[in-house]
Parts: sequence; structure tokens; C-alpha cells
Amino acid sequence: MSAEILLDVQNLVVKFPVFGGILLRRVSEVEAVKGISFQLHRGETLGLVGESGCGKTTVGRAIINILRAMSYRVEISGRILYHHASGVVDLLPLTRKQMRPYRVDIQMVFQDPYSSLNPRKTVDQIVGEPLRIHTKMSRGERADRVRWLLEKVGLSARHMNRYPHEFSGGQRQRIGIARALATNPKIVIADEPVSALDVSIQAQVINLMQDLQEEFGLSYLFIAHDLSVVRHISNRIAVMSWGNIVELGPAEEIYQHPQHPYSKTLLAAAPRPDPAFNRRRRSS
Amino acid sequence: MKQLLSIRGLRTYFYTESGVAKAVDGIDLDIAEGEVLGLVGESGSGKSVTALSILRLIPDPPGHIVAGEILYNGRDLLKLSWNEIRDIRGNDISMVFQEPMTSLNPVFTIGMQVMEVIQAHQKVSKEEAHRRAVEILTEVGIPEPEKRMKQYPHHFSGGQRQRVMIAIALVLNPSLLIADEPTTALDVTIQAQILDLMLEMKERRAGASILLITHNLAVVAETCDRVAVMYGGKIQEIAGIDTLFSAPFHPYTHGLLGSIPRVDGKKAHRLTVIPGSVPDIHHLPVGCKFVTRCPYAFEPCPDIEPPLIEDAPGHWVRCHLYPNGGTPAVAHPDHVQRRPEPLDRTD
Repeated sequence: MSAEILLDVQNLVVKFPVFGGILLRRVSEVEAVKGISFQLHRGETLGLVGESGCGKTTVGRAIINILRAMSYRVEISGRILYHHASGVVDLLPLTRKQMRPYRVDIQMVFQDPYSSLNPRKTVDQIVGEPLRIHTKMSRGERADRVRWLLEKVGLSARHMNRYPHEFSGGQRQRIGIARALATNPKIVIADEPVSALDVSIQAQVINLMQDLQEEFGLSYLFIAHDLSVVRHISNRIAVMSWGNIVELGPAEEIYQHPQHPYSKTLLAAAPRPDPAFNRRRRSS
Repeated sequence: MKQLLSIRGLRTYFYTESGVAKAVDGIDLDIAEGEVLGLVGESGSGKSVTALSILRLIPDPPGHIVAGEILYNGRDLLKLSWNEIRDIRGNDISMVFQEPMTSLNPVFTIGMQVMEVIQAHQKVSKEEAHRRAVEILTEVGIPEPEKRMKQYPHHFSGGQRQRVMIAIALVLNPSLLIADEPTTALDVTIQAQILDLMLEMKERRAGASILLITHNLAVVAETCDRVAVMYGGKIQEIAGIDTLFSAPFHPYTHGLLGSIPRVDGKKAHRLTVIPGSVPDIHHLPVGCKFVTRCPYAFEPCPDIEPPLIEDAPGHWVRCHLYPNGGTPAVAHPDHVQRRPEPLDRTD
């Protein structure tokens, strides 16, 4: 693993204001992310684990710079340095328009394969949309690329003119992945990409993500609450709790020798598919 | 061991515009006194419909229990009148649902909802109902129960709501608790607490049993004594907990176990997957329901449904690869690998 840095998050703080009273004044704030720093290396998978409300999703959203669009008067500080081919840029202060050239490189896969695809668009339109926005490809070129992408994620060209409701959850997640890969990104932020799927389908999607990573040299920020899935896919893991990263290290290190009490608690609580182990734990 | 509940030949169909969905298509299952039985399957396998059928909670129409019997203490639950089944619910058999957010009524206080169950089933004074509600809430670990009784569901966290649901389910000391994905919506640390609580509550009630319905094999390994694996509306395998995880028979069970990454031990480079996806419930295969995804499928599989047979003591399987025990379904062709290799789980 080369340690070439692709993304360098420094002291990221995100505060959501809380409005109250008749005049809806700002009465307090919720500090969802309390000054975290981490780096994402080229070609690696960094797992971000934590329980609901720990701020892991907010981190992902901050990186692709959609928090301001999602939440009124959110306060973000720190730096999100993206190391691209010709230099380093801080993504955080960028406006929507300024962000656009970097969107090509940083894409997202969402948790819910049902609500993250527009039900009124065909697969062709959904997967082709990033191409329509970010490239000058002709209609024909786009269709070719969509066809190629669909095959890459295990679907086929005959699915192009269908609508999302015609697909199962696992297939929809494949469509979401194809869309994320359309612009040939460097970084994919995957927010709970398999937690809505059945066990046997989860394994398919995880394997697919690993294959695509190898083929395209992608870097993943893999956000999830399922510790076994995160361990399987990640090179390094950051454990989040109450807006802080409490522990960050190589995946195996964290699982074999967790240092922080919270990591220990989290690991101890994870159920294991091993009846004998559970009996030992219960009787001790 | 005395059987608490025996399901025989249960068939629950749904009559929809796109045809008949055979959600549960002939299952036989026994729950013994004092055991924790896991019912595992992916979405659409029929596990929840089985649970709802036991308590006659299937919306009819479109659903209908077409055939079968569910014997509880010698009585067939499917033949009871509405008043009689109402009496069974809560008193003898009760249920905890997946969504702790939606299964409590937001406009009534927690106290009212716990007391409602007591007063609906037993002639007790309001004070007595109140006393017992406080008692059960204490037992499930709600701090300051007197005060919390006056609060509404939105004052409670997800884990606490699930504790309240368990309190409501257990306040009348039923002998069977059906828990349908009770921890799916919860965080891991809370999940562990709720599973512990359920087992603890069971231990305190002699002879009580739990039917735990889940898609999560790790949760099953954590809690159950015995497991039934469902697929395509049928039970595919039943085994003791250790046997199922160390020496499963059915190729589907093999596939499921291979699909889960592990928290401990050696890290697998790749997960073994079950190819394809769960078949459409309206168009299930004629023969074995798993045939479309099975790597061991051979000649009879698409056309002949294998019977569920006891291949080893207490270990039942529905698969043509296992013709021992019961009547051999068909001769075994030489070109097929005999059986799935035992799983290497020693790492």
C-alpha cells in the first residue's frame, strides 16, 4: 500500500444550529463533528464506523460538500484538502460552481437503494446523468459508456430502458454504483451501501466493490455500522463516537487489539456467527 | 421434551393482482418448552408471515391461511373464534415487532399502553394494573419507571422503546414470545442489551420459549438453541445451533454462512456468494425453491421438490443431495459432487 495522500481532512468541525422560539432565532447548536482529522490514501479503503448519531454520515457529506445545500446555516470549519493531479485544493469553502470540477473525482453511493434513484427516470438516464453534466460526450458516446458501466456492475445493456422499480434492492445498489463510477472518480464515499440488503446480496455487492476498486484503483471511504462488513473491506478503520474519532489504525490492529474503551465496547457487542464463542462469553 | 407449539402443513397465501403469492407453503415446525428457536431467512422467505399466521394477524384479504394446523396446548389456533384467539394473544403468546418507532402509539403515555394490555385481559383494578406496569418496566430496565410511565413514546430512545415493547409483551407472562427482527433497527451495543434482556426475561419464566425471527445469523448464534432456515416459503433445514454453524447440510445454509464476513479470526480475501437473487414469490420454481441459485443442482432439482427429511438425529434437511434418513428421493448421479464440503471454520 502506497501512502500517497488523496484526501487530507484537518480539524473538521460541523455545527448544526437549532432554531427555537416564536421568531425562530438560533437558540443553540448541535456539534455533530467535533474537530476530526484523517487522511485517505490512494487505492485504500478507510472504514468509518460508529453508532447512529456519531457523525459518520455528516463527515461523508462534508467531504462532497453538500451539507450547505442540505441544512440551513450549518457551520463548517477546518480543511478538506484534496490532492489532485495538478495541486492541492481545499474543498470546504468552495461554492457549488467551484466544486463542480472536483465532483467528477469524488462520488457517492447511498444507503437506501430505493430512495436514491429517481423513480421517473430510466436506468440509462440515471447512470448517464453525471456524464451529461460533467462531460461533453454525445448521446451515443454516453449510451456506450452506460452500457459498459452496467456490464461492469453485473447488469446488462437490456436493463437500460427500465425504471428503478423493476429491479431488486441488490440490482438497484448496482445501478447506484454504476452511477457513481460514471465519471471515473478517484474517491467513492459509500454511506452504508449494503446495510439495506439481504445477507446473500450484501456479499455480492461487497465483492463487486472490491473488484471495482482493484480494476480502477479507487479509494473508498466506507461508512457503516456493521463491524464485520467494515473489517472485511477496510485497510484502515476510524472509530467514531460523539463527533470524534476515538481510534484510527490498520483494520487488523483495531480488531485484534482495540485500545480505546469505546472501540472495545463496540467490538464486544458485535454478535458473531459462532455459537461456542458466545457461550464462552456468556458464561464468563 | 414437551412441545409447546406445533405447526403442521401451514400454508398462507396472498391473493394479489399479479397472482397467488405462496408466502408460506407447507411448513412443519415444533417449538419445545423452554427453548429459543431461531427462524432465519432473507426477505420474502416467509418467516414473518409464519409468525403472523401463528397469532392470526394476517390481513385477510389479501392474505389467507389456506391449510394447516397450529397446535398450542392441544388446541388448534386456526380453528379458534376471534374472541378465543384474542384471549391467547398477550396471555399465552405475544409478539415484539421490528420497528420500535411505529409499534407504540404516539398519542398515549407509556403507562397507558402497558396498563392497557393488563386491563384488556384481566379484571384488575387500575391501581393493581399500575403497580404491575411499574414492576415490569423496572424488570426490563427502565430507570425511574413511575416517572417514565407518564411520558410519551417520543421521550424514549429506540432501545428503550424496544424495552417497553418487551415489557408489554411479557407483562402477562406468556409462554411463547415471538420476536420478529427485534434488534434490526438498533445499534450494535443496544442490540446486545436487548438480546440479553430477552434471554434474561425468558430464564425468569420457567418453561417459556422464544421464537426469534431474523435475517442475521450472528444474532441467531448469539441467542438460539435450535434454528430453522427458510427459503421460498419452505423450511430448508432445521438443526441444533452448533450443528448448523459447524456442519450445515443445505447448500443454501452453506451459502449464507459463506456470505457473512467475520469480526474475528482470519480475514477472508473474498466472500463466497450465493449467485443471483431471491426468486419472485409469484413465480417460484416447481421443484426445489433454491434450484435457480444452487451450485449443486442436478437432474431432479428443477422438477421434483425434495421432502424435508431427518438426515441425522434432530437435523432435518430439504435437499436431493441428502437421501438418507427418509425415503431416498432419487438416485445420486456420479457427476455431482456428493455434498458441500464441510465449512472450514477452525480459523
